[in-house]
Amino acid sequence: MNIYADNAATTKMSKKAVSAMMPYFEELYGNPSSLYSAGQRAKEAIEEARETIAGIIGASAREIIFTSGGTESDNQAIMSAAANGKRQGKYHIISDAIEHHAVLHTLKKLEKEGFEVTYVPVHKNGIINVSALEKAIRDDTCLVTVMYANNEIGTVQPIKKISEICRRRGVVFHTDAVQAVGHVPIDVNDLGVDMLSASAHKFHGAKGTGFLYVRRGVRISSFIEGGEQERGRRAGTENVAGIVSMGAALKEVAADIDKNVPRITALRNRLIDGLSEIPHSALNGDREKRLPGNVNFCFEGIEGESLLLLLDDKGISASSGSACASGSLDPSHVLLAIGRVHDVAHGSLRLTLGEDITQKEIAYIIKSVKEAVEYLRGFSPVWNDCVSGKSKFIL
Amino acid sequence: MALYSEKVMDHFRNPRNVGRIEDADGVGEVGNAKCGDIMKMYLKIENDVVVDVKFETFGCASAVASSSMATELIKGRPLSEVKKLTNKAVAEALDGLPDYKMHCSVLAEEAILSALEDYQKKTGKKI
Ligand SMILES: Cc1ncc(COP(=O)(O)O)c(C=O)c1O
Repeated sequence: MNIYADNAATTKMSKKAVSAMMPYFEELYGNPSSLYSAGQRAKEAIEEARETIAGIIGASAREIIFTSGGTESDNQAIMSAAANGKRQGKYHIISDAIEHHAVLHTLKKLEKEGFEVTYVPVHKNGIINVSALEKAIRDDTCLVTVMYANNEIGTVQPIKKISEICRRRGVVFHTDAVQAVGHVPIDVNDLGVDMLSASAHKFHGAKGTGFLYVRRGVRISSFIEGGEQERGRRAGTENVAGIVSMGAALKEVAADIDKNVPRITALRNRLIDGLSEIPHSALNGDREKRLPGNVNFCFEGIEGESLLLLLDDKGISASSGSACASGSLDPSHVLLAIGRVHDVAHGSLRLTLGEDITQKEIAYIIKSVKEAVEYLRGFSPVWNDCVSGKSKFIL
Repeated sequence: MALYSEKVMDHFRNPRNVGRIEDADGVGEVGNAKCGDIMKMYLKIENDVVVDVKFETFGCASAVASSSMATELIKGRPLSEVKKLTNKAVAEALDGLPDYKMHCSVLAEEAILSALEDYQKKTGKKI
């Protein structure tokens, strides 16, 4: 059996998205800034995608800026809000400890430039402490940035509540919704956010394409300098084919979202129940307030990379927050932020389900993970020390 | 390109000499769970020769493969040779490790040296 269970990393492009984008490589390859018809056809395609995307998230077309993906959208939103803050002498930003590096590293850069960033803690279930966030707001706060859904543990934050607070206090609010768009219904007006980042390859569009929603009236500066594309808010010849694929992909997932969310959620819960049967394991992140397709566990006494490679041998593609799996020295900052100690954070496994997941596949994943964990524990000195009572179980 | 060589994957999938020796003559444990790697080596020694060796490892695929390969390199060898085992020899025998995984071969070397030390301490013998 072959099961791709790493949809939070990236997704397979949908057939519709691929066929929608192809003409813009081979026939309609004109530059959208050109005045002749081949260019104007490309321009029209971009504007059509903009209308489609705006319509799906409840925005107006002028509020959508096309970018090279989630990372650029996050960078632009944050750097622009910081520049606005600077003009008003406001040098304080609020975020949280479990953001994606696209946000965290941008904030680190701003800290070096003299900004002060408050990282609001999350509860053990991976949900942000909203009252701590509210208390952290000051007169010189120029931005609050909190992700809609976490890419590792899938936790979905109370975005609406946070935007109400920000609005009341007159602070701009950005959310990184890269993991959420296309996976849960999103309406920017209902949410009340000022800026929202998304990325096409997380919902079956092409890689290297994303968008930033910027509410009308929120001042946005360009992040990449050059031509007048995107009404002067994002320079560079547009990724026409990518943008077209993003429109087509979002349209397709949005059409089925009401049907898919409950179905995937039920299968996810079955997977969580199955993996919970493994002794000395723990689900990471809140069980209810999480993305429909996200499952993330820690298993005591084993290391994540080994587990991934064994699962790969069984045809299952998954991911881990272990240091070895990521090629860094420390395990995932997200797992540490929710209180997992290093020892067990190394033994984490993330399975992110696609829309086409079946019950049979869920059963196969449960069986395979159980076997692999048991096998690795069989020759793990950490596990054996716990079993013999020499050291204590953590989970 | 694959992450690991065929040899690494072979030793990861089919580790040699896995397990424990209850009446081992020397036991060495190195690394820590905080960093994500622990290796434990058990040696059975007769007439200055490693007659049996077993390992337990908590760690990534290259840690498992390094332990497994190290046990193969020393099994049946005289202690005078075993004490000269280097991490380089382990890595080479595995057809190489990615740079950032070389520390796994270092751990394997250290685990064996630590087991030898334990043996010397227990027996008072000099190798
Ligand atoms: C939460 C989150 N933000 C940002 C990004 C970056 O998006 P992209 O890969 O499009 O640059 C990702 C994807 O890895 C993500 O999961």
